[in-house]
Amino acid sequence: MNPVTYLKFAKEHPILSAIFVVGVFVTINRFFIGGLAKTTNLDNNNPWGIWISFDLLCGVALAAGGYTTTCAALIFNIKGFRTAVKPAILTAFLGYAFVVYALLYDVGQPWKLPYPVFVSQGTSSVLFEVGLCVMLYVTVLAIEWLPNFTDWVGWQKISHIIHKATIALTIMGIVLSTMHQSSLGMLYLIAPTKMHPLWYTPHLPLQFFISSMVAGMSMVIFEGTISHHYMHSRMSSEYNNDHDGVMFMFAKACSIVLFGYFFMKWVPIAGEHKWAYLLDGKFALMWWAEMLGFVALPCFLYAVGYRSKNTGTIKAAATISVLGIVFNRFNVSWFAFNINLTPDQRYFPSVQEIIVSVFVVTLIILCFRFISKYMAIFSDHPAYKDHH
Amino acid sequence: MNRRHFLGLAGAATATALTGQANAAGGHSFNGYPNSYGVLFDASRCIGCRQCELGCNQINSENVTKPWTTLPKKDPKSFEDTKGMNDKARTDATMYTLVNKYMPAAAGGKTPVYKKAQCFHCKEPACASACFVKAFTKTPEGAVVYDGSVCVGCRYCMVACPWNVPAYEYDKLIPYVQKCHMCHPHIKAGKAKLPACVSSCPMEALVWGKREDLIKEAWARIGQVPGRYIPHVYGEREMGGTNWLYISSVPFTQIGLPENVGNTPAPELTSGALGLVPLVACLWPVLLGGIWQITKWKDKRAEDEKQQAVAEALAAERAKK
Repeated sequence: MNPVTYLKFAKEHPILSAIFVVGVFVTINRFFIGGLAKTTNLDNNNPWGIWISFDLLCGVALAAGGYTTTCAALIFNIKGFRTAVKPAILTAFLGYAFVVYALLYDVGQPWKLPYPVFVSQGTSSVLFEVGLCVMLYVTVLAIEWLPNFTDWVGWQKISHIIHKATIALTIMGIVLSTMHQSSLGMLYLIAPTKMHPLWYTPHLPLQFFISSMVAGMSMVIFEGTISHHYMHSRMSSEYNNDHDGVMFMFAKACSIVLFGYFFMKWVPIAGEHKWAYLLDGKFALMWWAEMLGFVALPCFLYAVGYRSKNTGTIKAAATISVLGIVFNRFNVSWFAFNINLTPDQRYFPSVQEIIVSVFVVTLIILCFRFISKYMAIFSDHPAYKDHH
Repeated sequence: MNRRHFLGLAGAATATALTGQANAAGGHSFNGYPNSYGVLFDASRCIGCRQCELGCNQINSENVTKPWTTLPKKDPKSFEDTKGMNDKARTDATMYTLVNKYMPAAAGGKTPVYKKAQCFHCKEPACASACFVKAFTKTPEGAVVYDGSVCVGCRYCMVACPWNVPAYEYDKLIPYVQKCHMCHPHIKAGKAKLPACVSSCPMEALVWGKREDLIKEAWARIGQVPGRYIPHVYGEREMGGTNWLYISSVPFTQIGLPENVGNTPAPELTSGALGLVPLVACLWPVLLGGIWQITKWKDKRAEDEKQQAVAEALAAERAKK
């Protein structure tokens, strides 16, 4: 891009270009000048910060739309879901690809990131399982996404081959998602003394997996709404016809899953006799806020929205659910973690850390916009109508 | 199901089963190395002179074995300052050990009690269990050593360690984890007979020996003068047992040693959940494949019935004419 076109772009999108410029500066600072010390507030007591809490844990959960949508559309064969598959796969693919990209910032020696799989396998580590699953799942998603690209450039033989493997890829995707969505919760099982008892439980992996379903479906509704606003001209009439149906089905499903999840969160409280903690200060308050504001409330709103076929209520429920997932992952990995440290030892992200997270989200949005603008995401490729 | 589809399913199942299998290894049981060495620290003997810190810095900044076991050399005079000691300081990337000063309520709040902090060298270390590149090894001699050549820098070891021991070189562009290695590389290379901290302690507050002997010695000291020590050897069972052991005349929580770490070895905290991974990998493909077949068959049957109904209706119309 030459300076003139960039300036023109910058004039049209001032916020976007500002994020881009600062993002590049922080990136250079992180990798070539200041390292982790000069870009983050991480320290020896708080080795994991917002790049893990938000970019990894929330990123992976919110990209769960890939496995939930493909499962509904291709395994359960639910009518009207076919058109939702391509946007969901694109979102999941970009989500995971950028989770890996964001990890490069966080790990100390990013060029060694393939080591756990290819050089020295620490198979007793939960992180090994996460790494292997994410690597395989990114590959699966890349293959699932590839037909969009090959259709676009006209290599339809490749698209044709990939379509034959759709079901196998879908099943692999669901298996891998189940395993690593739950493993992200499993990561914290090794630190029982560091997490507040209201969150620490051997059920963490199960809770992470179940809540990822809600995260995925809510995210499909949430971003479907945004896409509708900005990409309307690119959407086929078939996509538009199906859109509300997908929303209603997912709203119903989310309501049921959240209902189950609500009670699932009580099981370890009862089983491990943690009743006393429910009235115990700040953490109890946060736990109740999570349970009532971000589980019970969206559960109720989804049910009401589905029953009255009110898309507005459903969109509100989706937004609350997405925020709720972020709140839950922050609680587990940040707010209710390292609780034994004194207040001055606790972690808060630096400005540069936040810039990187914002930068990564911006890059995802830009890629999504570019791909859905030029490739057939919200419509069928004209030369290839019957195969998807 | 046609042949190609079956192959696809089989491929998916195998790939996922393989990823699962790799983790099942986490569930083995291990009782620790029988003849391993360790160190016993007696808090009632420590006078907070920081000679152990000095000894550690000297050997680990001179007898360098690998780039990641190199500590920056510090001025010996800097260890003479005992006024700035506090209970908050922790090991960092420039020091494997340090002495904290506490004013425990159990000692009237006026007499200081000192505690040396360093890696506990767990029998089944949380860091080794958490590390996804096997950068940590529990040696049969007792030390937990770190291999920086494979370390990616994910810092999960630091999350996992219940005592917050591993430190990281945040200020370097090629950073490594830093933690006490019980002078294992130096002893192995014949450059030291004991860990440097032990040999530089003037008060014999540190004793080096076989872990089993140290436990006997610890209990003997506790039994010698009743009431002098808390009847507990910290590290005998904590986190499945550690090779660094502590005895003290004041409760351990008052000298910064948490007593809520439990006796479960770290690998057992995750092995149960990891063991479910192969189950998911085996169960899900079969279940989902089955559901897919059923929904496909259901749709096909509905389609057939529709066509048949249309055909019958058409035939009936024709018959009327």
